[in-house]
Amino acid sequence: MMREITIGQYYRADSVIHKLDPRTKIMGTILFIISLFIGKSIPAYVVSVILLAVVIKISTVPFSYMVRGLKAVFAILMFSLVINMFFIPGDVIVDFGFADISREGVQTAVFMAIRLVFLILGSSMMTLTTTPNQLTDGMEKLLNPLKKIKIPVHEIAMMMSIALRFIPILTEELDKIMKAQMARGAEYDQGNLIKKIKSVVPVLVPLFISSVRRANDLAMAMESRCYHGGEGRTKMKPLLYEKRDYISYALILGYLAIMIAIRIRM
Amino acid sequence: MKMVQIKDLVHRYFRRDDDDNIIETIEAIAGVNMDIEKGQFIAVLGHNGSGKSSLAKHINGLLQPAEGAVYVKGMNTSSEEEIWRIRQSAGIVLQNPDNQIIGNIVEEDVAFGPENIGVPTQDIWTRVAESLEAVGMEAFRMSSPNRLSGGQKQRVAIAGILAMEPECIILDEPTAMLDPKGREDVIRTIHRLNKEKAITIILITHKMDEVVDADKVFVMDHGKVVMSGTPREVFSDVEKMKTYRLEVPHAAELAYELRKEGIPLSETIMTKEELVEALCQLS
Repeated sequence: MMREITIGQYYRADSVIHKLDPRTKIMGTILFIISLFIGKSIPAYVVSVILLAVVIKISTVPFSYMVRGLKAVFAILMFSLVINMFFIPGDVIVDFGFADISREGVQTAVFMAIRLVFLILGSSMMTLTTTPNQLTDGMEKLLNPLKKIKIPVHEIAMMMSIALRFIPILTEELDKIMKAQMARGAEYDQGNLIKKIKSVVPVLVPLFISSVRRANDLAMAMESRCYHGGEGRTKMKPLLYEKRDYISYALILGYLAIMIAIRIRM
Repeated sequence: MKMVQIKDLVHRYFRRDDDDNIIETIEAIAGVNMDIEKGQFIAVLGHNGSGKSSLAKHINGLLQPAEGAVYVKGMNTSSEEEIWRIRQSAGIVLQNPDNQIIGNIVEEDVAFGPENIGVPTQDIWTRVAESLEAVGMEAFRMSSPNRLSGGQKQRVAIAGILAMEPECIILDEPTAMLDPKGREDVIRTIHRLNKEKAITIILITHKMDEVVDADKVFVMDHGKVVMSGTPREVFSDVEKMKTYRLEVPHAAELAYELRKEGIPLSETIMTKEELVEALCQLS
């Protein structure tokens, strides 16, 4: 179940998108998300689809791989669809008596769903083509001005990169613990919701203990390798903007301008 | 100058009750003296709880002595100014390979140490390439550590230490969680580093067959060094080893039992080959 989540997983390939500076990709993703909330019409979303399709094509990440990430948020998607459909007032098109569906409701629901799907596809594009380390490096560099107001930017970036590194390890461990308990008669898919939740506790306790132990080991390993915060640290892969980054910025800003134009004209 | 010098080292753990009162003091290390020369291959043997792991952490400055002192290349591990230089010259490899790999890609992990000590970017690349080559992992440079086997991960961890260009590497039971193949690879790698790069190796272990080729062996029990000498000297005293809950290599033990039965065999037999040779010489 956990293995299907593709958000935060890197897809190895050698495309232009992969080679872009992580800062470009982060800023691009943010601008793309903003554009989704600017555009509120069919033409706007058509422009977004074209952009997404082109980027996915260039990145060489298989589309099926990206869609897998959507499965994880399917429930949220359905939930927002239903809520929007029933609770937005307007011209009633279907009346169930106790609830009704309005034209505006359907429209908002569909647009919301499109936005969510695009948002996830867009951000998983970023995570699939950027290694977690590059991603945190990029964020560290982008958030660097915040150091002036005493926000420990480097430490936060380091924590994020470590968290990402340990996701697969902890997933594997979770799997092992569940199997060990299943071998001794534990059942996870039986009974009602409360029973199910209760059956998760004996899994979480050992997982929690072992992660604390791992954290202790890791802290020791980091210290023994001379880690002492961000000061005086050099980089194996320092971030440098290249020509392709400037071109990408120009393209994404152009796209944003089109989205704004469409919004104004509609 | 001695690579590592340990003087009357004492390390204490405290067990506390719920109100934080000390109910028990455990001396994990109770007065250890050790001199390690540059370029040596040292093995520290001991059963669980003998204090051998604590000793390893003292050499790297991860633990601070309660009494006594530890010097690495003449630098005291309790001096704060020199701690980073000590850690750079005496790196430590821990037992669990998963918990000491920080990077999400092999090469980024190997670069972690040099990045921390402020090596210029260009040099980091050469160091990473050299270190990965030294442990025979250059083919996995771009892989994710999660896809590697235990032995491979442990060799990446060794490369991560190597990239800081240390003069001494301490390995705290590096093979405890590995399969036989991985164990062999790791042991062969550290022997090669010792011979080719003249790096001082301090191998902490409880597996006897990893110790056979060491220059010097220290046996620890209850926080004290109880035996020391060449592997041959140490393993010839089978009875004494058994009292420390340690087993000598099979060949040495068989030779010992045969000697007890009156068969004249040399006390220095350690390996299967030597035993076969000696037995064939008997008339």
